[in-house]
Amino acid sequence: MAETMTSMQRVLTALSHQQADRLPFFLLVTMHGAKELGLSIKEYFSKAENVVEGQLRLRKKYRHDCHYTFFYAPLEIEAWGGEVLYCDDGPPNTAAPFLKSFTDIKNIEPPSRLADIPALRKVLQATTLLKERVGDTVPIIGVVKSPFSLPVMQMGFERYIELMYEQPDLFARLMRVNEEFCVDWANAQLAAGATAICYFDPVSSPTIISKEMYLKTGFAVAQRTLSRIKGPTATHMASGRCLPIVNELSETGTAVVGVSALEDLAELKRACKSKLTLLGNLNGIEMRLWSAAKAEEEVKKAIAEAASGGGFILSDNHGEIPWQVPDDVLLAVSEAVHRWGQYPLAWLDRQ
Amino acid sequence: MEKLIDDLTDALLSLDRIAVQKIIASASPNISPLSFVENVVVVALDRIGKRWQEGTVSLAQIYMGGRICEQLVDEILPPAAPERKNQPKMAICTLVDHHMLGKSIVYSLLRASGFELADYGSLSVQEVVERVKEDGLKVLLISVLMLPSALQIKTVKDLLNNSNCDVKIIVGGAPFRFDKNLWREIGADCMCENASEAVAVISKVMEEIHG
Ligand code: B12
Repeated sequence: MAETMTSMQRVLTALSHQQADRLPFFLLVTMHGAKELGLSIKEYFSKAENVVEGQLRLRKKYRHDCHYTFFYAPLEIEAWGGEVLYCDDGPPNTAAPFLKSFTDIKNIEPPSRLADIPALRKVLQATTLLKERVGDTVPIIGVVKSPFSLPVMQMGFERYIELMYEQPDLFARLMRVNEEFCVDWANAQLAAGATAICYFDPVSSPTIISKEMYLKTGFAVAQRTLSRIKGPTATHMASGRCLPIVNELSETGTAVVGVSALEDLAELKRACKSKLTLLGNLNGIEMRLWSAAKAEEEVKKAIAEAASGGGFILSDNHGEIPWQVPDDVLLAVSEAVHRWGQYPLAWLDRQ
Repeated sequence: MEKLIDDLTDALLSLDRIAVQKIIASASPNISPLSFVENVVVVALDRIGKRWQEGTVSLAQIYMGGRICEQLVDEILPPAAPERKNQPKMAICTLVDHHMLGKSIVYSLLRASGFELADYGSLSVQEVVERVKEDGLKVLLISVLMLPSALQIKTVKDLLNNSNCDVKIIVGGAPFRFDKNLWREIGADCMCENASEAVAVISKVMEEIHG
């Protein structure tokens, strides 16, 4: 069947819990742009123009419904003066944490004049350039790390958990500082042309902290932060679980939740019905070895579990396709969405 | 015994150090430290690990509870105590990976379960191979968070094979939980879904080693 909507219309329809012409799908490809351009990962992310060209080529190739201006998580750490370690066959990681002790928290201030910080400037430029190219036809998804998840990279995971349990005052101070940065950074991307902001908050996942702790921490932080972001937001658990907290997530003001392959998609759909749109949940790590037939099977399964009635965007479950996933697999995923994702889902009704 | 296990599980999950101390004190006249560790601590930690996999317990609880447990077990069973397990020489590391939380949790839980092991920190492929040879390790535990790091374990395995090193490799970390065949692909001897599983796996490996 002919597709009648732009990607933007398709996504907005899904978000209003209606069926579009086809199930929208976000292929959240980042490093694959470097492959397309024949550049190393480090070179690719060194210039906004590379990422723009990569995103345009990837969307042409895979026919998905968004552009994604996520470079890599440690980019935000560069804004605080932290260091990034590149790797030839995977995403960059943070080097040693820049907050060396709890007392360092007393003295940090959020970075200011974000557009003057080279790492952030690249992302803002890429956003603006993409916006010039696609206007309002394709959503441009910007990314922030939540104020509550960022400290893992600022101070290391172990010390952050200890801070959360044992140093409530310093924890509160760190959240205040991070909230300022996060809100500014999200709003700068929206001003540059991003359509929506994906708020990565896996530390709020019940995989990492208990619901009881979440209600006192990540939940309150998200409510304060999201209400100050001047555009639509999606919350991503980066493949951490979320079922026990879906009601709370919707109370934070987010419209979308990125869900894990570790949870049942049909059950998630029931729990989120009319409240949150689901984004997920193909297993990106397993995807590396999928055959075309397996890709098709997985896509059909996800459609059967969650696509009816809208409120679903097909995607991987982490918010980033690993470098090791071959192009053929991504092509097979795309082919399957275009074949089986046309609404109405007649093949599903027949079953 | 069952009551002790339940109480300890609850105390660890609510991070109640004082309650844990009391449980240890109440048990000590009746059972030996090693028996307490093996029959109470190990069972409680195993339950907590399983509940994490089911999604009802969080990693932060496991980390904080594991630290409390490790410290208190150290008091009744000091690091060099002769009662500590008769065990193969083992060590834990991360491989070309800067994420230490998984390693710390496994290290603490193994020590809380009565084992002794070296912590090599974060190493490169070459460094791991050299350390294993130098120290004559029998069991090497590797924790990784990044997929490229997981894939490099294959090289470690090949290099160790080439130098006829008879060491068992036990792996764990997020990539292995998302791809259940990955551990085989990279030539590990075993993988654990959660940190407490390491106790049972090491015991099994020991049986194999001792034939
Ligand atoms: C929270 C989280 C984040 C947070 C914090 C990350 C951090 N630790 O630094 C933030 C938002 C910052 C983040 C960022 C990134 N992340 Co992240 N993140 C996660 C998440 C949800 C949990 C990770 C974590 O730290 N868990 C805590 C550890 C301790 O858990 P664990 O490894 O599972 O360990 C348990 C068991 O496996 C076992 N175990 C572990 N090791 C061992 C060893 C042995 C011997 C044994 C017996 C047992 C055992 O014991 C532990 C307790 O039971 C996972 C997905 C998930 N559902 O797990 C992704 C995940 C780790 N992230 C991933 C990636 C790629 C990234 C980024 C590189 C993305 C990017 N492009 O920038 C960045 C890197 C950030 C950095 N530090 O430099 C990938 C890694 C795999 C891959 N694709 O290569 C994952 C797996 C997501 C996915 N499904 O693909 N992330």
